[in-house]
Amino acid sequence: MDVLGNLISWLTAPEQWSGPSGIPVRTLQHIWYSLLAVAMAVAVALPIGVVFGHIGRGGLLVINVSNLGRALPSLGIIILVFTLVGFGVVPVLVALTALAIPPIVTNSYVGMRSVDRDVREAAEGMGMTGRQVLWKVELPVAMPLIMAGIRTSSVQVVATATLAALVGLGGLGRYLIDGFAQRDLPQVLGGAVLVAVLSLLTELVLGRVQTLVVSKGLAERSAAAAVGAKVQKAA
Amino acid sequence: MTDGPPTVLAAELIRWSWIGNHLDDIRDDLLQHLQLTGLAVLFGMLLAFPLALAAVRWPRLYAPILGLTGVLFTIPSLALFILLIPFTGLKIWTALIGLTIYTLLILVRNMVEGLRGVDQDVREAAQAMGYTPARQLFRVELPLALPVIMAGVRIATVTTIGLVTVTALIGWGGLGRLFLDGFTLDFPTPLIVGVVLSALLAFAADLLLVGVQWGLTPWARGRGS
Amino acid sequence: MRRIRLGGAAAAVCLALLVAACGGGDDALQGGTQPSDKSSVIVGSTNFPEQLILAQMYAAVLEKAGVDVTTRLNLGNREVVFPALEKGEIQLLPEYNGSVLSFLDPKATATTSDEVNTALAPLLQAKNLVALQQSPAEDKDGWAVTKETAAKYNLSTLDDLKPVAGQLVVGGPPELKTRPAGLPGLKNVYGIPDFKEFKALDAGGPLTVSALKKGDIDVGRVFTTQGVIAAEGWVLLEETKPLEPAQNVVPIGRTDAMTDQVKNALNALSAKITTEELTKLNAQVDVDKKDPEQVARDWLTQQGLI
Repeated sequence: MDVLGNLISWLTAPEQWSGPSGIPVRTLQHIWYSLLAVAMAVAVALPIGVVFGHIGRGGLLVINVSNLGRALPSLGIIILVFTLVGFGVVPVLVALTALAIPPIVTNSYVGMRSVDRDVREAAEGMGMTGRQVLWKVELPVAMPLIMAGIRTSSVQVVATATLAALVGLGGLGRYLIDGFAQRDLPQVLGGAVLVAVLSLLTELVLGRVQTLVVSKGLAERSAAAAVGAKVQKAA
Repeated sequence: MTDGPPTVLAAELIRWSWIGNHLDDIRDDLLQHLQLTGLAVLFGMLLAFPLALAAVRWPRLYAPILGLTGVLFTIPSLALFILLIPFTGLKIWTALIGLTIYTLLILVRNMVEGLRGVDQDVREAAQAMGYTPARQLFRVELPLALPVIMAGVRIATVTTIGLVTVTALIGWGGLGRLFLDGFTLDFPTPLIVGVVLSALLAFAADLLLVGVQWGLTPWARGRGS
Repeated sequence: MRRIRLGGAAAAVCLALLVAACGGGDDALQGGTQPSDKSSVIVGSTNFPEQLILAQMYAAVLEKAGVDVTTRLNLGNREVVFPALEKGEIQLLPEYNGSVLSFLDPKATATTSDEVNTALAPLLQAKNLVALQQSPAEDKDGWAVTKETAAKYNLSTLDDLKPVAGQLVVGGPPELKTRPAGLPGLKNVYGIPDFKEFKALDAGGPLTVSALKKGDIDVGRVFTTQGVIAAEGWVLLEETKPLEPAQNVVPIGRTDAMTDQVKNALNALSAKITTEELTKLNAQVDVDKKDPEQVARDWLTQQGLI
């Protein structure tokens, strides 16, 4: 197909791989914006979700506020913040962080709440203080869900970081915006493919991190539970 | 490079007179937004349904369908819309096709999960009672799959409401047009109006759908799910 | 089960409503003029404030003349909007004769208004388009630097950029990289080497203005009628050799939509738009942050056109 041929020649052209407008630089910019946003979101959202989950109160508030956050349009936020503070990286960071917060808050809260009452009581019975219960019991158990939340956020952020190009910054979105403006469709297609690949890689890498971070005991237990459920259904 | 604190524009944040003068435009934008969202979710459901049925009926199709929808979802929405322009120009179809594809991706997964989640025992009981496959589907399986399907419809709707604003970059946009107005004129009021209204719209749509789900599944109410 | 039947009825009603909204709501779904004795026109515009002002002026005088007007404004840059005009998705566009000529024929050599219009006519006709009478007003592409930059590098004409381009960052719309009057023009006509960096921003819009103010770019693409140039005290680098032909403001429309009613109204308007007037109107929107529709209508009322 002609389209595929054009895409491949665009992707493999040497200009694409060197200089400030090359794929390596733009990919790094893209990762940088995404990383900063997710880091800031984790710094804000994780404590909130964990604390409320630990206390066990205010869950409805947390989840509803978080849902409201999900409803905010990233395009609008990025342009609004630009109009207020001008050219720079702040609009992108605000919009992407706002996007990343809801899944992390929700998942952290739900993860903390999912700790079995018996387990908590056993820990307290062993003489652990509230803080020890949080760090030694609840957090490890909540880890799978927390990591899942961070993963979901990260993939969404990587996909949305294309908006940075709208306010004159770099990242892989530049290929979309510039290609569009210059009527250069292979460039748009190339940018789309690169973002898609980066999103998939993010999903895979963080999936790997999740297996490393979640304690083996928990992982085995949830895997066993899944198998058990299948066996029950077949019987 | 000049350094310094970020500068806030001299223009006031909300110029109420602008809002007063543009109520017609805001109303038109809102209607366009509702139209695009409604049609995209509707078409998405109509297309997802047969695909989901196929995936459930022929389990071999399940993995490829799931895989394909997963990969397609990683394509940035802006790119999809731009790539449709050579075919459908700036007509409404460019926006609608793109939006429908995204709702489709979300809905297929949820419909398949919902239908597969129906207990085998229930299916067998229905067959034993002499239900034809069609009756079984509509009277037994779909109602039971409804919570999961509705969860998908909720996510698809809220996601679409956000995506509609992106179509402003290809000549549509609904409330997203307000974002472009604010951008071109370097003026916060239309932006604030646009952000607030689209967030409220998404929130309201979500609540509405929760209500619909509640209405359609009387048996689930008692369990407080 | 009654509940599912109710659901079915509700769904049918929703479907009906949506289809009705779809059909009746958007005139732009129908690509051309409607078969009625009343003329109707869809006015489009690209994405900078002057375009919004001009399009609103066209819409207002056409309405006054009894034409049925729909506006689809702020659609994107010319690369996106002109094809929409060619396809009939919009029927009228405020344009600049020199730019359209380069857009349709990058090798064109016409320079004066008359030469440009003569060269343009057949190109437009081939696409079922026609250019109406031009205005005296011209809006040319310009290159601006801050007072400080001009002082630092001793810049007053475009030739002065030649020795220092490698140290400067230039900003403008993404299409600046490919358009003949953009960066290629600087290279071909003035021999200016590559700049240190090109930042893709917008066409003299808030991104470029903000970046130039903050020093994230040293040279910015602006339009000569923009009010912000004077307001910020920027230096517009002089063109010792013309980079582009004449740029008169001219309405370009689909031939079948340009009825006599439409033509008369627009020609009367075009005659009154001068560069000075246009610059003043731009300043009201750019600097005073007034609404383009309001600015357009107030001026038209003053001029006795509506």
